[in-house]
Amino acid sequence: MSLTTSAPESPRRRLMDAPPHWTTVLASVVLIAIVLMALFAPVIANFEPTSLNAMKRLKPADATYWMGTDSYGRDLFSRVVYGARVSLMVGAGVALGSIVIGLPLGLLAGWFRGLDAVLMRMMDGLMAIPGILLAIAIVALTNAGLTTVVIAIMLPEIPQVVRLVRSRVLATRSETFVDAAVLLGTAPLRLIWRHLLPSTLAPLIVQGTYIYAAAILTEAALSFLGVGIGTETPSWGNIMAEGRLYFAMNPWLVFWPAIVLSLCILSINLLGDALRDRLDPKMKGRSA
Amino acid sequence: MSVDPVLSVRNLKVATAARRPAEILKGISFDIHPGETLCLVGESGSGKSVTSLVTMGLLPRGELEVTAGEARLNGEDIVAATPARTRALRGADMAMIFQEPMTALNPVLTIGLQMDEVFRAHRAMRAPDRKAAALEAFASVGLPSPARIHDSYPHQLSGGQRQRVMIAMALALKPKLLIADEPTTALDVTTQKQILELIRRLQEEQNTAVLFITHDMGVVVDIADRVCVMRNGEIVETGEVEKVLSAPRQQYTRDLLAAVPALTPRPARAPHSQDRVLELIEVNKVFSLQSAISRLLGREGHSVHAVNNVSFRLERGRTLGIVGESGSGKSTVARCVLRLEDPSSGAILVNGHDIAPLQGQRALAEARRAVQMIFQDPNRSLNPRLRIGESLIEGPMNAGEARVAALARAGDLLEVVRLPRDSLDRYPHQFSGGQRQRIAIARALMMSPDVIVADEAVSALDVSVQAQVLDLLAEVQQRQNLAVLFITHDLRVAAQICDDVMVMRRGEVVEFGPAGDILARPQHDYTRALIEAAPGRDWDFAQGRRIPEPA
Repeated sequence: MSLTTSAPESPRRRLMDAPPHWTTVLASVVLIAIVLMALFAPVIANFEPTSLNAMKRLKPADATYWMGTDSYGRDLFSRVVYGARVSLMVGAGVALGSIVIGLPLGLLAGWFRGLDAVLMRMMDGLMAIPGILLAIAIVALTNAGLTTVVIAIMLPEIPQVVRLVRSRVLATRSETFVDAAVLLGTAPLRLIWRHLLPSTLAPLIVQGTYIYAAAILTEAALSFLGVGIGTETPSWGNIMAEGRLYFAMNPWLVFWPAIVLSLCILSINLLGDALRDRLDPKMKGRSA
Repeated sequence: MSVDPVLSVRNLKVATAARRPAEILKGISFDIHPGETLCLVGESGSGKSVTSLVTMGLLPRGELEVTAGEARLNGEDIVAATPARTRALRGADMAMIFQEPMTALNPVLTIGLQMDEVFRAHRAMRAPDRKAAALEAFASVGLPSPARIHDSYPHQLSGGQRQRVMIAMALALKPKLLIADEPTTALDVTTQKQILELIRRLQEEQNTAVLFITHDMGVVVDIADRVCVMRNGEIVETGEVEKVLSAPRQQYTRDLLAAVPALTPRPARAPHSQDRVLELIEVNKVFSLQSAISRLLGREGHSVHAVNNVSFRLERGRTLGIVGESGSGKSTVARCVLRLEDPSSGAILVNGHDIAPLQGQRALAEARRAVQMIFQDPNRSLNPRLRIGESLIEGPMNAGEARVAALARAGDLLEVVRLPRDSLDRYPHQFSGGQRQRIAIARALMMSPDVIVADEAVSALDVSVQAQVLDLLAEVQQRQNLAVLFITHDLRVAAQICDDVMVMRRGEVVEFGPAGDILARPQHDYTRALIEAAPGRDWDFAQGRRIPEPA
């Protein structure tokens, strides 16, 4: 008996065949550069990001101060380099945190119909509050530290993850192999783990990249509004917030962090798109 | 024949547009004359649907392309025609009806509006004239109250009515050629019979040429004038339908015909066991469609009595067929027996114990072992991410069997279903549909069940594969002394494998008794109607001759 060979390939194979698009390669290079920059910030930065120098306020870019200096005479390049640490950590914290909390809730809501009604109404309630307002309220009520900011940005993202996972579970549970597993006596939690969880992972990884990018933006927005992390810890957001006051004199105080932030977000989103195309064969060939 | 053919296909070749092109059609040729029905018959992957897509100019761009040959419609080559020209031809000179009328109609537009589009695209007509023409077209396909149909949405019509609408739309402009791609496969047999008669009648009235694509030999007998048997992109045999069916020249055609189960029931098997493994006593299932809010307000909900007082018994080693059309409740009975649904009332005795009141996997563990299922679609019943071995040992491991022992047993059972032992390490997508159904049978056998429920277990398979799977099922039934509850809409299959038959309609049992009695001497009108609607019932496929009408 011969086995068919023309069947579709396994997902892992699909991820690796065909060379990636050039935008994907470029996005990875940019992102790796930013991550390396954050990791080796003390080596790369030529000044302490917090060291003041009253003599060198608002200098334009030159050979020493690669991006110029801010209103306190701090080196802007060093501050942007250190700012990458906060931004990347906030992004990672929010993405991982919302998945760790949202994934199990979504799986349970998708399988146990009784729980679903209660849980999803709670999620609806959470979604009804504008994310950034909720974050401002949480930060205002507590001390603005990295952890608080991460939690504040993470909370509004959780319903998105729950809804995504739940919808995947609802789609998968109508497959007859799930009925088959019930008939084989598989207990509910084991069934969820074995048969439902795997199909949620691909879209979840993709969603994770978007949450990552959105969290960096929200953190910047919070810092910009002055409710984020204090300026003694530089982040791209609070660098821009400070630079705004001197925008007329030296717009590059805002432009430099904004450029790096945009490149970072763009790269993450492009990688997310590429990942989605690879993991979802139906999207193949539709986007560049 | 002296008249020019409506459609003339010559040496048509189609290949995939990949880097290494695979030939889908390997140079086929045929003609269809006015007023003639040509059937393309073949198993899945034989290229019959691709042929129709070429003719309609609907080949998926960038995936399949015509590499050689021509398809002439009234002398005009469609393969070489511009997109604008094929668009003009489509609808006016050639039209197509599809397998699934629900997906071929736009669910958010009224039937009338979609019909109107046909006239607007091809004819310069004023709105009132278009509406009059639409109503006339609906009347001509035998739709009741055309005005109501005109204002309906697709979901408000039954499957048969939707297919009638599709035919009305296809034939509205009186095309020379009608292409019908498995137009009745998704319909119940009684509806199928009406639709086939309708196509026949309209064809005679308008002298249309019909290219009819089907996998069902019975339908071929009922509708075809000539038949082309296709296999792997080639036409292996072609000729007048009676000649091909009575004296096939090719071995492949002979195999195909031999695989069609006969409608006359096989000789009854003597009951050899009184051991009752499954008994249903007055089982009811009511689906209540009531929202939480109207329940709170105490408002009356809408409910469907899917299973109404169904009782039967099944002894070891016997096969009971539940026969009925869609919506008859036959699958709901199966899901209640398997406790995938909770019955509303009644008792389900498995080996003498009532499993109806049990709740939760632990309480049901023994019932789960005793009753196993084989599903309709083998592509969906195996988890695509798990190796075959993992799928096979899932049940035994839930029951506490050691992994190594279970895997060894799984290997043995794969050999029983005639698959190589090393299939354990493969994934489902590496197997064909028939092979996957064998794996599903092996998975059921892993639990050492007493009863196997097979819900349309062979209806997604090609006839030749269907015959093999049925043989395998009969073999394991004998070997393990299993009881089989076989749910099917196909009377031919029921006639060949069932000892007893239960006919269901709208949740109720219409007739229940030995297969020989019910199928040969039906007492109830509905059973009689079902048997009369079975396609190709007046042809004896084994003997290759027409069955004489009983006097």
